[in-house]
Amino acid sequence: MIDARLLEKGFSAGQALAHFARANPDSGGIASFVGKVRPDGDVKALHLTHYPPLTLPGMEELARKAMERFALEGILAWHRIGFLRPGAPIVLVAAAARHRRDSLAAVDFTMDHLKSAAWFWKREKRDDGWHWIAPRGQDHADLARWD
Amino acid sequence: MAVRILFLGPLQDLAGAAERMVEGPLDWPGLIRAVGPAVAAQLQDEKVNVACAGELLMDRSALSARDGDEIALLPPVSGG
Repeated sequence: MIDARLLEKGFSAGQALAHFARANPDSGGIASFVGKVRPDGDVKALHLTHYPPLTLPGMEELARKAMERFALEGILAWHRIGFLRPGAPIVLVAAAARHRRDSLAAVDFTMDHLKSAAWFWKREKRDDGWHWIAPRGQDHADLARWD
Repeated sequence: MAVRILFLGPLQDLAGAAERMVEGPLDWPGLIRAVGPAVAAQLQDEKVNVACAGELLMDRSALSARDGDEIALLPPVSGG
């Protein structure tokens, strides 16, 4: 079962995970990751943009790849778009599997791809205005681990 | 009808707008001429992807946009 969503409003990771657990009753374990807007110095807000024809279809394709690559019962990938405040959740990934290694690795795999191979662009508002956030070299190195 | 060029992420600051309408048809050299020097310089970088009519182009130089198509210029991403 794949649950990929783009969200324009804030969400509760706890509620999402409770629902995901009920939807995957036969799994032996569920791993999850919640990414938040890092409360960092003078960052006032984060703005996430996307490209509708590609972004959600790309997330669904990524979720299918994770299902094929790992022995999963289900995967959830939710990503925020729009304006966010420091501390707010941006992304939630969860994977349900018979065994823990598959669920943990699937979350790691999916997050690495959402960071540097999904159609999102981030900018942050600081005291001196808006700044686009460039991808980090580390993100690409993380992604290359799965080749 | 015309071709709509969308500038995603930081490209919209370089273009000075989120989108621009130009007359079709449009090929790769035509696109380079249409986007202005700042964006054209960015397009030299192969990491800037191009989508046309909702499909990512494997070979950007094969661009062939007709009136009514939307071209999206997609610079390196930063999600998560």
